[in-house]
Order: sequence, then C-alpha cells, then structure tokens
Amino acid sequence: METVIYTKKLTKRFGNFIAANELSFEVSKGEIFGFLGANGAGKTTAMRMLCGLLMPSSGEANVAGFDVYTETEKIKQNIGYMSQKFSLYEDLTVAENIRFYAGIYGLSFAEIKMKTDELLTKLDMRSEAKKLVSQLPLGWKQKLAFSVSLVHDPKIVFLDEPTGGVDPVTRRQFWDLIYYAAGKGVTVFVTTHYMDEAEYCDRVSIMVDGVISALDSPGNLKKQMNAPDMEDVFYQLARKAKRSE
Amino acid sequence: MTQLLSFIKKEFKHVFRDKKTLLMLFGLPTIQILLFGFALTNEIKNTRVTVLDYAQDNISKELISKIDNSKYFDIISNVNTEQELESEFRKGNAKIAVVFPAGLEGELKHNKKATVQLIADASDPNSATTISNYFNNIIHEYNGLNISKSPLPMQILAEPKMLYNPELKGAPNFVPGVIALVLMLVCTMMSSVSIVKEKELGTMEILLVSPFNPIFIIISKLMPYMIISIFNLIIILIMSVTLLDLEIKGSIMLLIFASTLFILTSLAIGLLISATAKTQQSAMMISLTGMLLPTMLLTGFMFPIENMPLPLKLLSNIVPSRWFFIIIKNVMLKGLGFSSIWKQLLILLGMCTFLLRVSIKKFKIRLQ
Repeated sequence: METVIYTKKLTKRFGNFIAANELSFEVSKGEIFGFLGANGAGKTTAMRMLCGLLMPSSGEANVAGFDVYTETEKIKQNIGYMSQKFSLYEDLTVAENIRFYAGIYGLSFAEIKMKTDELLTKLDMRSEAKKLVSQLPLGWKQKLAFSVSLVHDPKIVFLDEPTGGVDPVTRRQFWDLIYYAAGKGVTVFVTTHYMDEAEYCDRVSIMVDGVISALDSPGNLKKQMNAPDMEDVFYQLARKAKRSE
Repeated sequence: MTQLLSFIKKEFKHVFRDKKTLLMLFGLPTIQILLFGFALTNEIKNTRVTVLDYAQDNISKELISKIDNSKYFDIISNVNTEQELESEFRKGNAKIAVVFPAGLEGELKHNKKATVQLIADASDPNSATTISNYFNNIIHEYNGLNISKSPLPMQILAEPKMLYNPELKGAPNFVPGVIALVLMLVCTMMSSVSIVKEKELGTMEILLVSPFNPIFIIISKLMPYMIISIFNLIIILIMSVTLLDLEIKGSIMLLIFASTLFILTSLAIGLLISATAKTQQSAMMISLTGMLLPTMLLTGFMFPIENMPLPLKLLSNIVPSRWFFIIIKNVMLKGLGFSSIWKQLLILLGMCTFLLRVSIKKFKIRLQ
C-alpha cells in the first residue's frame, strides 16, 4: 500500500509549551484516517503542520511525497483543506464559490466550467447554483465546502472538524461523501469530536496532551481496551489528560 | 493568470454586493465635500451691517451702495446716533457697523485722505477679522476706481493681496484637504477590513493552504479599492468644479498620478493594520482613530502646521496626507507643474515603498 502521509517524531513547540510531541504515524492512500483528541490536545497543530500552514519545530514529515520543510508549495497543489470554521463566502453564490476555488487552484476556464457543472450535479444543487451561500442551510454548506475542497482533485483532503453543529442525518450524508471520495482513492484525514464518526474511520489515532496515545482500527482499539464502543475508548484515554484548553 | 483573475473578480463582487459599504464608499466623499464646501467654511456671507452716516454726501452714499451690493454684506439698518448704534450691537442685530464722519467728501478733497470707521463685534474674533478684510477690499476697490478717474492719487494704503484665493473663499483650502482625508480613510479602512474579514471568517486559512501566491492575495485585495478611490477622486474633482466653482488650474494627469501614489501609500497602511488586527472591528477602530485624527489635525488644512509646537510639527512629517495636501494645493489651486512638487512626490514614494515592503513582509504566509 502506498504511503501518502508519513511523520516521524514530528514536534511543534510554542515557547515552553509542546503542542505536538514526537508524532509518528503513516497514512496510506485511500484511507480514512480519524484524528481524535480533546480540545487543546494538539490535533489542529498537527494538521496545520501537515498542510504547510505551520513550520514544525523538529522531526520529519512527508505529505503526498513532499517534505513539509522545503516543499510546501508542492504539498499545497496536492491537498485539499476544509477548516472547522465555515469556509465559503456567504456573499457569493454557490456557483461563484466553486468557480473561485477552482480558479485559485489554477484550473483553466474550460476545467472550471466542467468542474462546476459536475459538482452541482453531484450535490443535486443545480437549482441552487445562483443562490447566495448565506441562504443555504448549514448542512448543505458543509457538503458544498467539502466538495469545493476536492475541486482540484487532490491526493489528500484534510478535514478539521467538518461536521461541527450539523444534525445527525446530514452528518450521515456528509460521511457518504467522504466514503465516495475515499473510494476514488482520495486519502481523508479527518478530526472529529463525534465518537460515532470515529467508528466510520479505517483507523483512528487518539491524541492526549500532545502525544498520540493510541493508533489502530476502531475494532482493535475496542478489543484492546475492552470497551463496548469508541466513546468508552476515548474516555478511558482522554481522562488521563492533565492539560485543558 | 486565471488564478489572479478569479480572485480579483471575487473581490469586486464582495465590494459591489455589500450595499452598506458601497454607500459609504461613495456617500462619504459627497457628504464631506458638501459639508466642508458649504457648511464648514471660513467664508462669511450676508453679514448684517448697520450704518451711521454723519456725512450724508456723495462719497458716503456711493460707499453704502457698494457695501450693500456686496454678497458679503446686507445693510439692515441706518441709525442716527451712537447710542442707537450701541443698542443695535447689544440686541445682536448688527455684526458690524460703518461710521462715516461728518464732512467726509470735503476732508478727502483737502487732505487727500479720510477715515471711515469700522466697528465689528469681535466676540467671535475670527469672523470679525474676516469681515473687516472683506470691508477693506471694498474700500480699496473704491479707491482704485477714483485713482483711474483723477490724475492725483487720493490715498495710498498698504494693500493686502490674497493670492490664489482673492475672495478668501473657503472651498479652495478645504477641497484638497477633503481629497486627502477621503482617500486616506477609504483606502486604509477598506483594505484593512477586507483582509481581516477573511481571517475572521476562516477563509484566509483556506487561501493560505492553496497554492495561490500570497502576494496575489494582496494585489487582488488592493485592486478594487484602488480603482474605487480613483473613481472617488474624479467625483470629488467634478463636484468641486461644478458645485464649489473651483477651477483646476494644473494638469489633471499629474493630479491623478500623484493621487495614485497617495492611494497606494494609504492601502499599504491598511495592509499593515490588517497584519496586526484580529477582528474587523479592531481594524476599523485602528484605521479611524489612527488615521482620521492625524489626517485631520496634522495635514494642515484645518490648522496651519507652522503654528504648531515643535513635537507636533515633527510628527506631521510622517503623516502622508501632509505631503499630498501640498501636492494637490500646488497643482490644483496654483497650477504649478512637476518641478514644484517633486520633493513631496519623492517623500510619498519613499513612504509608499517602505510601507509596502514592511506590510508584505508582515503578511504571514504561514499562520503564526
């Protein structure tokens, strides 16, 4: 299996505070990799280092075959990103948002047109194409934001708490989109607070106080910790945490 | 190129869909021009005049009709005694009074010299001075007429000449100030707010994760405001010419060139503010308090810089609008050319490149 994300002892310090401490893991192509942890555990820091938004303090990391220290521009070409804050422009229409993001990734006019068409059909939002994003319900916005982060066909997509504040039905639909993308070979790196979503992942890592304290498939983790569900697994690990936000 | 184009297109949509901001962008200069041009003017029109005419001869009659015809004065009453005159002042009916002494014509003929007394209500000293200047102008004009009639000069007086603005109009001084003020405010505030907005919304993160060059973000953010500001400048100029009867004496191209430089400088300041401000509100506050006051006070269009204490005088040197104000005054009002403003242009160019370099450097490619 091809490895698309590789880290070894990846560390980020802010002064004396070690936000992410010696993270080592690998993620293979097409995998849905869940990145769990309580607030302040260091998830976002780790993700930002992998996206090239934050320079690591030490350690090694490779994303899509490129080094995070020296080849961030090439990494950027190959990843998609959806942040926990809602990331579309509310005063632009659905189609304009798609076109804009396709545009800044350097797609040609013909490609932009094709992609916009394809996305609108896939999301069944053809009739909403000319509506301002601010008029859409939150669940639709999230689905749209996810699709937009895939508009340039990246190898890896990073999702930072993509389903925050969304109802269970829409969350389920959102995960259908994730499965669909993974089925096409896109690697999904996702952070979440919802433990039912952790069950959907191929493998999960659980961060506690800046350290990865568990990393395996949900099934194995439950077996190892003798837990009925992921909720319990997470609780057993997270309550050992000393620092809080 | 598609990348940059998509971004610039998006920026224009942001600007044109935000009706409130748009109203402010174009309403602000209009209101300012109207306010400064008409309401806040040094010019004093229709001053109420009381006349006490002891002379009752040709000269006094001619002068009275001249005063009455002037747009600055309205003769509202004629009194016969000094007591009456005083009561007119006390009642607040008169702002100024003219007293023609008895035997005015005779004295002028014999001594080639005569005095007319002007009494002004100086409880508001500035307007009293201005009014007495207007009055002096009328007397001078009258003298001038007589000189041409008779071979001998009847009277010689030191004649104050008001260069570039002989009628002491308020507008010529305020319009360049308003141009500086409006461009400064629009550019710094709008550019800083629009960048901070992306940070606040979280879209900045997405932009920085994309391969889009951060320099392009800056360029496309500044582009709409640059164009709007030049458009604004043209509106202000048209209004000054049509509404305020101001004439643009110098080269319009030079004016627009200098303004573009100033606009760029202001945009760079906005960029710098956006690097430090975390919310749109704080960006707005910094732009308003940090820019509005220094621009108003230290530009020289409200208060002359020459009269300021040394620390303020020195401080005014780093206010870009101070230099820009001189440029517009020279080009627009005096009709001077490039040679008269190259120093100021050079200073602005220096400020502009310095600010742009610093702000681009501060614009973080990686978040923290």
